[in-house]
Amino acid sequence: MLPIREGFIVAGILFTLGVVGVLVRRNLLFVLMSIEIMLNAAGLAFVIAGTRWGQPDGQVMFLFILAMAAAEVSVGLGLVLELYHQFKTLDTDAISRMKG
Amino acid sequence: MLGLLWLVPAIPFAGALWLAVVGPRLRERAVAVIGTGSIAAATIVSLLIGAQFLSSPPASGAYTQTLWTWVGVGTFQPGIAFYLDALSLVMVVVVTFVSFLIHLYSTEFMHGDEGYSRFFAYMNLFVASMVTLLLADNLLLLYLGWEGVGLCSYLLIGFWYKDTVNGIAGQKAFIVTRAGDTAMAVGLYLLFHNLGTLRIQDLMQAAHDHWAVGSPLAVAAGLLLLGGAVGKSAQLPLQTWLPDAMAGPTPTSALIHAATMVTAGVYLIARTHVVYELAPAAQFAVAMVGILTLLMAGCSALTQWDIKRVLAYSTISQIGYMFLALGVGAWGAAIFHFMTHAFFKALLFLASGIVIEALHHEHNIFRMGGLRKELPVAFWTFLAGGCALAGLPLITAGFYSKDLILWSTANSPIGGALLWVGGLIGVLFTSLYTFRLIFLVFFGDVKTPVSHRPGMTMGGPVMVLAALAIIGGFVKGSFETLMTTALPPFHEAGLGVSELVSSTVAGVAFALGLVVAWYIWVLHPALADQAVEFSGGRLLHRFWFSDWGMDWLYDRLLVRPLVWAATINKNDVIDSIYDGIAAVTTTFYRAASLTETGKLRWHAAWIAGGTVVTLAIVMLL
Repeated sequence: MLPIREGFIVAGILFTLGVVGVLVRRNLLFVLMSIEIMLNAAGLAFVIAGTRWGQPDGQVMFLFILAMAAAEVSVGLGLVLELYHQFKTLDTDAISRMKG
Repeated sequence: MLGLLWLVPAIPFAGALWLAVVGPRLRERAVAVIGTGSIAAATIVSLLIGAQFLSSPPASGAYTQTLWTWVGVGTFQPGIAFYLDALSLVMVVVVTFVSFLIHLYSTEFMHGDEGYSRFFAYMNLFVASMVTLLLADNLLLLYLGWEGVGLCSYLLIGFWYKDTVNGIAGQKAFIVTRAGDTAMAVGLYLLFHNLGTLRIQDLMQAAHDHWAVGSPLAVAAGLLLLGGAVGKSAQLPLQTWLPDAMAGPTPTSALIHAATMVTAGVYLIARTHVVYELAPAAQFAVAMVGILTLLMAGCSALTQWDIKRVLAYSTISQIGYMFLALGVGAWGAAIFHFMTHAFFKALLFLASGIVIEALHHEHNIFRMGGLRKELPVAFWTFLAGGCALAGLPLITAGFYSKDLILWSTANSPIGGALLWVGGLIGVLFTSLYTFRLIFLVFFGDVKTPVSHRPGMTMGGPVMVLAALAIIGGFVKGSFETLMTTALPPFHEAGLGVSELVSSTVAGVAFALGLVVAWYIWVLHPALADQAVEFSGGRLLHRFWFSDWGMDWLYDRLLVRPLVWAATINKNDVIDSIYDGIAAVTTTFYRAASLTETGKLRWHAAWIAGGTVVTLAIVMLL
């Protein structure tokens, strides 16, 4: 039995780190990594909640999240490669042509 | 045989449709055969129906043919139905026959025109509309024909549309008659609202049953229908479109004047005569419109230099006589004058068309002259038509019909001495301007050489019409008997002027006009010029030449204020509401689009912040 309170605190800290990473990092690779951290934080929260109710659902959800994260990373890395071809940089502030 | 009635409007309509679809690809000869043949077929059918109708008249004096229900809403059931009685029969026979002659004439007159098939398509549609108008069993179908006639007049007046002036004349005809049509439409609403039907015969019966003599509703209905009639028939105050309508090809003018358009108003009033009998005020208005128009147009005709405009004003004046006859209750006399007028006015236009074409499209009568020997056919037929128009006693049709109107005016309870004298002065003016025209065009020295002589297809119809313009009046007695089956007889009262006295005075007025015209324009040609030398004469001349300044008046009264208002309201007030909505939307859109910076991290921050705020709201509230 995992301690719920501490578990959620860890998940929250991880998630916040991920958000901060997305917001402050300018390199797209690091942004992708930060997103992975956020996904894992969410997965951790699912697992903790699953143990609390004694249900396997939380771990099932985590498996889904892993699958989704794998797909996301492959697409994301593909985009990153293509962007690098186009702009010769991965700086998100430099790639800002989608203005209103 | 009477069952073939529907063919009379259907054949010309089919001809118009055929020519409209395949006409441009046909050769000129084929177009002429279709265009003239359809009217010829309609004429034959109407003559056969006429013979049947006269030899064995229907028991009720009328024949109704219902094809189908046009609109069916509750009690409102107007049908595509035709109503044939003596009135519509005479109108239809004259209209189709005169139209046929005009079509035949056009085959040569329009030869070589690039719009040859278009011309015949319009002309056929014109005749089809007019016949629909005449045969309509209900006022809605009549209104359809009424508008169809208006449309075709617009198309034909602006036929040579490459010249802007012609297009403007077409628009003027359309817009001015539209003013009258609006009054008529309101009149139809009023009649339907109060009497619950639009079938003319039921309507007349219901009006007779429900309305007292002089009741305000009857007067209103009568005046509104009169509004439509003055628009279509070019009477005061809506007559300004007709002189400008001369912009169309000459056969069109003949068709508009003699058969298919301007007589529609006369027919409408004769058709709804019960309303006018119930509304003496409206009927008196009809008589006043007639007498004023015939005098004003007579004066204007005296001053024109364009041969077709002289004839246009003479038409306005002669329709004025018909209105006068309607106004004094001489219904049959009005229709009789319509018939003789159709013959001699078509004749005058077609003969003037020969003259105009012979002189390289010269319209100015002061540059014509001496054509008596050069164009004998045109001269003799024009002379016959002119004598009929002016009313040469005893031998011309125009004399009999006009004399009947004058006599009726003198002896009507509505008419009286003043209207009679007005009509006689009109005869004097008619005689003056007619013989001025004849003397200037056909007598004197040759001023423009003749380049082109008419063939038989132009000469033939003119000669037939000339014969009718002479002998058409001899049927007066049997015509009056026929008319009594459809229209109320004339009630004699008043001055007690005998027919002999009336005829003699009219004959004297005619002779006076002839002699004065001879004196002025043949013996002393300088006299007319001297008359306009001094300022009063010049002013009067200009006043009459411009049709009593009516165009000027309308320009100041209606056109300019409208243009002024349109200029002020260039940015439509109503539009500004919608423009405002668009402007607000645009502002918000611009503001929203400012947030689209393209900076990924800012977007992510907004998403995160938004999520936090949303979650906080969900959890706290």
